[in-house]
Amino acid sequence: MALSVREYRARIKSTESMKKITRAMELIAASRIIKAQQRAQAAAPYARELTRAVSAVATFSNVDHALTLEPENPKKAAILIVTSDRGLAGAYSSSVLKEAERLIEKLKGEGKDVDLYTSGRKAEAYFKFRQRRVVQSWTGFSDQPTYDVAAEIGATLIATFLAEEGDDLADVDEVHVVYTRFRSMLSQEPTAVRLLPLEVVEGTEPPEAGDLLPLYEFEPSPSDVLDSLLPRYVQSRIFFALLQAAASELAARQKAMKSATDNADELIKKYKRIANQARQAGITQEISEIVGGVNALADAQAGSE
Amino acid sequence: MADAGGAVLQVELVAADRLVWSGQATMVIARTTEGDVGILPNHAPLLSSIIEGVVDVQTVEGETWVAAVDAGFLSVADNRVSILSERAEMSHEIDLEKARQDLERARSSGEDDDAAQEAVRRAEARIRAAERAS
Repeated sequence: MALSVREYRARIKSTESMKKITRAMELIAASRIIKAQQRAQAAAPYARELTRAVSAVATFSNVDHALTLEPENPKKAAILIVTSDRGLAGAYSSSVLKEAERLIEKLKGEGKDVDLYTSGRKAEAYFKFRQRRVVQSWTGFSDQPTYDVAAEIGATLIATFLAEEGDDLADVDEVHVVYTRFRSMLSQEPTAVRLLPLEVVEGTEPPEAGDLLPLYEFEPSPSDVLDSLLPRYVQSRIFFALLQAAASELAARQKAMKSATDNADELIKKYKRIANQARQAGITQEISEIVGGVNALADAQAGSE
Repeated sequence: MADAGGAVLQVELVAADRLVWSGQATMVIARTTEGDVGILPNHAPLLSSIIEGVVDVQTVEGETWVAAVDAGFLSVADNRVSILSERAEMSHEIDLEKARQDLERARSSGEDDDAAQEAVRRAEARIRAAERAS
């Protein structure tokens, strides 16, 4: 109540312009999220066909591949953390980072060293501030990832996974990804999955008659096909994670900006009330001063008569 | 064989980020690591890796679609053909001028490693696809 009416007016004005900004951001996020979902849907056929092909090869050939081989004594793990480039998305990035910290703790508890790979500026800033080493980070695409980026990340992670001890590259025995899964507009949940070594899901149930997988011919050979199939499978999984993360980021931003707009509304209402009160108090005071002055004059005149 | 009991191929040409083309066809020609392969209806199940090249699709209406694809896979089963490639473009989406420039650049870069050769093959495939269609 200590402030004057003018100062309250200034506060109302600045809150109103803040509200305009958050409202605009909310609308932008809302329009982008539709595009992000369409992109995720457009990528689905590729992932589906690739999965079919991988499970076909895995079922019909007993080829062991370096990417599916479980290292006997895993000592080192790599984690790819997918966050956003920009903030103002509520708890989006921090909940991914929290999930990542949990995974790091768990892996350390199993006696494994952890190498960090990050995507998005938020994760980069988080680890830089804490002076923890990040092996490689990719930034600048978090709200619309392209397949090329996913391919690059995939190639890097596969290279580190396949590297032997003593190579220049850090040799890791398993690769995990932490990203945010987009469940719906209202709920996104941070998820950690193990990417490598691959667990190819073979049908555990005996197939029904007529539901048999076709007996494929492989050209040039099953192992060659597998060789080129598996890296692509990994890259498509990473692409899927990036797309999901992008959709989640936009949904989180829309939600955060919506509540910011609502809060600004509340604040404006509150300030308006206080300002009106202050204005009213000023008027009341003026009136009582005038009345007091008139009374004093009247008293003085009455006394002199 | 082309009319084997009226069977047709259900073709899907899929790139990493979108479904490029899907429809019914009577014949598909693609380039595998072993050479060109033609797929007619009732082909035996096949899973093969393909290299940068041109994919020809003869639709049931008798039209021919041409697409340029990157390295990827071809899978055939039960008259379903799926062609998977990280990048794929239909011929009418390709800008011929730009593709020629890309080829020039790829050739003149002077490098002779796998990546450079791949870039040259990709550019050539795109030009071939665009020229075939026009």
